[in-house]
Amino acid sequence: MTASIDMVLIVDLVLLTLLCLTALAIMLVRHLFAVVALTGAFSLLSAGLLVTLDAVDVAFTEAAVGAGISTVLMLGTLALTKRREARSPKLSPIGLIIIFSTGATLIYATPDMPKFGAVDSPGLVHIVPSYIEGSENDIAVPNIVTAILASYRGYDTLGEVAVIFTAGMGVIILLGRRREDEYGYSEESAAFPLRPETSNDEEGKDKS
Amino acid sequence: MVDALISHYNYWLIIILMMLGLYVVVSRGNLVKKIVGLNIFQTSVFLLYISLGKVSGGTAPILTGKPEAFSNPLPHVLILTAIVVGIATTALGLALVVRIRESYGTIEEDDILISERSQDASDINGSSA
Repeated sequence: MTASIDMVLIVDLVLLTLLCLTALAIMLVRHLFAVVALTGAFSLLSAGLLVTLDAVDVAFTEAAVGAGISTVLMLGTLALTKRREARSPKLSPIGLIIIFSTGATLIYATPDMPKFGAVDSPGLVHIVPSYIEGSENDIAVPNIVTAILASYRGYDTLGEVAVIFTAGMGVIILLGRRREDEYGYSEESAAFPLRPETSNDEEGKDKS
Repeated sequence: MVDALISHYNYWLIIILMMLGLYVVVSRGNLVKKIVGLNIFQTSVFLLYISLGKVSGGTAPILTGKPEAFSNPLPHVLILTAIVVGIATTALGLALVVRIRESYGTIEEDDILISERSQDASDINGSSA
């Protein structure tokens, strides 16, 4: 039993150290393509870490969304903008002051937090036992996370959908206007108001 | 001391990771890199929440019929939502970067400021002349 826990601790420590190294590399590398590739690796490592922390659903989402979709989005942005950072990284005194003061405050607060892996952590005793029981008896879904996500905290998920909708609208407003500007297109002057709006078309225009 | 180290090293490493992300956001002028830094910060907050829910000797919160100790499923649910919200903000930020690049021809903060100032100066000169 103790040996298995120690094994988990070791894997945990190694993955966290690798994550910190990846973050350092992201900070220092100037080629943005490499930065995006490192971001993908970062997400994948954090997904592995989430598995060791028993959060399999979160790990799955992180691997799909973090390592997948966000990497694709960033590569798309790089195709439309520049591939290199113009200035070499230099030490920023203000940044150092901010991170050292914030970090010191946070670390000062950690002794008040429950120990890592504590069985009697306050978060576990209040409402979680009833969720676990309910997902077995009332909802009859074996995956407790699914039961909470879709039923007990369904409104959270509704709010999430609203956020995604808003973000999607924002992206369309930001990038949709661009096409009109570029070609002097407006609804009044257009012979055919509906134009083909495929993403390939859009990328082709930008390169020309 | 050793006990404190073992029971809190996880939080400390996550805080270091968080500060690395924050430093990238504060110190780098490239807008894409700023968003990458924001992603690092976000991921470390996720890890902090999840490691708060970890129970040693526990398993993933899936009912198998056997009596088991589960890790806390509530942070998992919250972070699932947060990941999706995070990708929404990333997408919006990247769209803004593309838009800025079209208007200013650059994605470096310093260059944007320079061109803003020169534009302001020429506006003032134009109105006075």
